[in-house]
Amino acid sequence: MQKYSFKALLLAITVGFVLAVHFQLVDQYVTTVAMLMGINIILSTSLNVVNGYMGEFSCGHAGFMCVGAYVSSVLSVLLFTKDRVFGPALLPEEFAVIGVPVVILIGGVAAALAGLIVAVPSFKTRGDYLAIITIAANYIIISCLENMDVIGGPRGFQGMKRVVGAMEDVWDIPWMPVLVLVGTILSVWAIRRFVSSTYGKGISAICQDEVAAEIMSVNTNKMKLVAFMLSSGLAGVAGGLFAHVYGYVNPQSFNILKSTECLVMVYLGGMGSLSGSVLSAIVFTLLIEALRFAIPALNSLAHQLHMVPASYEIGQVWKWVVLPLILILTMQFRPEGFMGKKELSDFFPFLKKFYQRLED
Amino acid sequence: MLLEISGLTKKFGGLQALSDFNVRLEEGSATALIGPNGSGKTTAFNLASGFYKPTSGTIRFGGQDIRALKPHEITALGMARTFQNIRLWQDMTVLDNIRISQHHRLGYSIWDCFLWTRRFRRQEREIDRYAYEMLECMGLMDYAHEYPRNLPYGLQRRVEIARAMSVRPRLLLLDEPAAGLNSADVGDLIQLIRWLRTEFKDLTIWMIEHQMRVVMSLCSSIKVIDFGRTIAEGPPEAIQSDPNVIKAYLGDENI
Repeated sequence: MQKYSFKALLLAITVGFVLAVHFQLVDQYVTTVAMLMGINIILSTSLNVVNGYMGEFSCGHAGFMCVGAYVSSVLSVLLFTKDRVFGPALLPEEFAVIGVPVVILIGGVAAALAGLIVAVPSFKTRGDYLAIITIAANYIIISCLENMDVIGGPRGFQGMKRVVGAMEDVWDIPWMPVLVLVGTILSVWAIRRFVSSTYGKGISAICQDEVAAEIMSVNTNKMKLVAFMLSSGLAGVAGGLFAHVYGYVNPQSFNILKSTECLVMVYLGGMGSLSGSVLSAIVFTLLIEALRFAIPALNSLAHQLHMVPASYEIGQVWKWVVLPLILILTMQFRPEGFMGKKELSDFFPFLKKFYQRLED
Repeated sequence: MLLEISGLTKKFGGLQALSDFNVRLEEGSATALIGPNGSGKTTAFNLASGFYKPTSGTIRFGGQDIRALKPHEITALGMARTFQNIRLWQDMTVLDNIRISQHHRLGYSIWDCFLWTRRFRRQEREIDRYAYEMLECMGLMDYAHEYPRNLPYGLQRRVEIARAMSVRPRLLLLDEPAAGLNSADVGDLIQLIRWLRTEFKDLTIWMIEHQMRVVMSLCSSIKVIDFGRTIAEGPPEAIQSDPNVIKAYLGDENI
């Protein structure tokens, strides 16, 4: 009974959420924020595999998200809808129902392959140098896409809304919330199983002492390859979901700022803590949305109290002061992140029974 | 002949760390490698375990040339080692330390790991069983869920030897196993290694050690090197009175 209760809870949340969206009990805005939250959870947990568990410093996570987003968007527009550039759909529109999840997964595979750009140099370098390489990889990916005029170049690429529309014509359920929810649960589940297996713990061994890991029979090059590919592949899936949620992608939405957001989420939550990453992704998303309301409120308050000159408006730009400030304060007072290396079940032992164990 | 090293030379730039080094280890034997500081002992170990690549010379392990192999591949062939300064994974439990050292025995892929296939479950169970068995027989059962950094130094040594043994080696390289231990711990260590040799019949041991008490009670043959060259070789009693060895350690009388 207890063994299934966690799964049952997850299922209940999923079904409840989908029904709520379907019958429009929650409005569009809340749905979008919830989807963004899911995407952020995938991003932060997947980055945690490399930055937390393996102890490398990858700063180009958004680059892989970008690869996933573009590959899946182009494929889904090419295959399932009529487009100005690509001409008529190659497959009947009804196929989109099965096709879009597949296409998003293909985006993930493409991103995993792009992850090799980073994984191969990581055999030789680590630390600061690898960080520089990953930033470079991020820029390379963005510049490539900006110079591909076929898919819109710097103007971006769209048409995914029509594909999602086609899916809804076939079967009227809120497809994107369902896909994001399933994607989030599956990726957290996959990462958890990976890092808790003896195989996956090899990357923690690399983090703690790479020489000892290699001498003690861990194939360090292969494990680095696996970890980077898993991490970037899931980032690609997150990118594909992101592209289909918004129906529009633009290379600049995957620039270094987005990578920094991913880093902030990992470091706030705690490196090497999966539940920390999930929680911090949730908190981070809510915080960004809260600032959207808080800043105008603060602005009008400040104007009423004549604290700022009438000509100055406190704009949304201040978001980029508040968020880095939170990071600075965290690093100052709790450098290991909110959760450190601990999981939620270490703080609340009663949760332990919800975690599945390998039966003896 | 389990390990056969001949004419092994290693240069770091202009420095000749090891020159024309030869060693032949009989299966089931225990041999010591001694020498003053900086004489190239650890270099010899690093070459044998694949961490350095030799400048010239051959290394054959179990009849196979292992010069081109990566360290983890050599380990998988059955050569395990410990380090002079303990290199356990300090942020994992003792149990996990033992588990991960069986990495080469994992016969499953990442997909098995996601799906918890039957193969995955069987392998993990097998690894768990062996890890607990190893902890049990090394007397570490009480510390299975402790972090190594919280254990006293002597126990950390023991954990490191247990970790090396969980690779299921044919050849165990011990790099100064008694360094930093007090005399009671050294006694335990000698007991432990003796016990290992009776328990694992074919286990071959090659150790770097300075403490004569350890070397005398465990090893049947000693090799002494100085400045990368072999200066003496033979049974412990002969080595102790060898003028070359005394000169290397204590200096020449006629200065």
